[in-house]
Amino acid sequence: MLEFKNVSYKVVDEKTGKERYILKNLNINFPENKVTVITGHNGSGKSTMIKLIMGILLPTEGEILLDGQALNSLSISERANLGISIALQQPVRFKGLTVRDLLNLASKSHNKIPDACEFLAKVGLCAKDYMDRELDDSLSGGELKRIELAISLAKSGKVMLFDEPEAGIDLWSFDSLVDVFDNLKNKTVVIVSHQRKVLESADFVLLLNGANDVKLGKKKEILPLLEKPSCRKLGGLVNG
Amino acid sequence: MDKLDKELLSQIADFHTIPQGSFNIRKNGESLDRKSTKDIEIISKKDKSGIDIIVKEGVKNKSVHIPVIITVGNLNDLVYNDFYIGKDAEVLIVAGCGIHNPSNQKSQHDGIHSFHLAENSKVKYIEKHLGIGTGSGEKILNPTTVVEMKKGSQFEMETIQLGGVSKSNRKTDAVLEDDAKLVIKEKILTTDKQIAKTVFNVVLKGKNSSVEVISRSVAKGKSKQQFISNIKGQNECFGHVECDGILMDKAVIESTPKIVAKDLNATLVHEAAIGKIAGDQMIKLQTLGLSEEEAQNEIIKGFLR
Repeated sequence: MLEFKNVSYKVVDEKTGKERYILKNLNINFPENKVTVITGHNGSGKSTMIKLIMGILLPTEGEILLDGQALNSLSISERANLGISIALQQPVRFKGLTVRDLLNLASKSHNKIPDACEFLAKVGLCAKDYMDRELDDSLSGGELKRIELAISLAKSGKVMLFDEPEAGIDLWSFDSLVDVFDNLKNKTVVIVSHQRKVLESADFVLLLNGANDVKLGKKKEILPLLEKPSCRKLGGLVNG
Repeated sequence: MDKLDKELLSQIADFHTIPQGSFNIRKNGESLDRKSTKDIEIISKKDKSGIDIIVKEGVKNKSVHIPVIITVGNLNDLVYNDFYIGKDAEVLIVAGCGIHNPSNQKSQHDGIHSFHLAENSKVKYIEKHLGIGTGSGEKILNPTTVVEMKKGSQFEMETIQLGGVSKSNRKTDAVLEDDAKLVIKEKILTTDKQIAKTVFNVVLKGKNSSVEVISRSVAKGKSKQQFISNIKGQNECFGHVECDGILMDKAVIESTPKIVAKDLNATLVHEAAIGKIAGDQMIKLQTLGLSEEEAQNEIIKGFLR
């Protein structure tokens, strides 16, 4: 069970010099072995939430727990080895490292083409064409995003985090992207997304509407809230 | 040939057995073994130390290995090697120098390699430099490469220095005629107080001549690296220099680009970036379960591959 206990994250506003809460005093139990999609307007703290789980950011107050174990004092790699994985919103480019290298590091094995084929095929790429490509500027943003997802699938774990996985992926590939999440139903999956199709694939939706305004509920309870003008005005929900 | 000789040869020239084709092995300033073939002849110079390597016209898919090893201290080895590549020939040349210096006195190898490429010939040239040995004596390597490229010839050079060399001063001069193509890939790792200097002088004299220089280096400890490139475009030509350096600890990297265009249709580009390992790269690998040190090693290993 992944839990937030009184978790806050505050920053110093560069313009005013005053402290500002991105997330304030949140208590959340992420439904185990279910897909939860976090949605909310731009700047509402969605990405911050999953960076806190991965340990890329640390809460300024409160505690994050996984199966009762406090995570705050654990490094990113310790959390990864506990079974947390993340697909980043902005995939990272590496000069010299190839798709094969990253898949090998992620799965801690030497991926021969058939294994890698599986991960890359799930995101619509052919292993033969991509395994030995460097993760550098020669790849387009969309290709890099798909590879990021494949690396995340190769890493796997009991908690899988995805930050805007649809960004940069062409619209006609959406259905297969949604299939990827559908096949992860035995994991605790947390996805940040604005996309209707991704939201519709969720079991639960977590709506972030302010630093301490969080609604977590079953999809059928939360999705209608997004149709309300007050929520629509906040932007975000996109058909696709 | 003893165990140490074999180890050095395997590291610098991938010698695991005596190679197919022509070769010349130089040890501690003297020729240790040599084989000429009808396609590639190796002849000792009469006026100075060194050899002439003559690749016959039209020879295809042949190789020549000319490694140098030094296993003693207090040696200053200067050698002149000239390569004459016949018209339409295609050849792989593997050079390089490995120094194992067990002493407290310096060992130095200055290899001056001149390549004369006839029309439409193609050369792939690989040189690896390595220093090992526990003595405090310096291991100094100063490779000079001079390339004269006739019309339509191609020269691809990989120059690799991955540690152990106390000081190196690498100089490459090339003149390209019409349609000639030069590609240089350089990889350098320095540690401790090592100093590595690289100078490229390339003259794009002919129409449609092109050069690409890709330099990747990692400087650790208190080491210093200097990269100087000077590309002159005297005709309709293309030149691209990319210099990337990863800086660690208290090391210093200096990059000096110079591009001179003397023709309206010359396109010359220089890109240089020096900095520490990007934080987002470290984070990405840590999210896969690697420790900070493991992440750093993987990034450097890939970068210098």
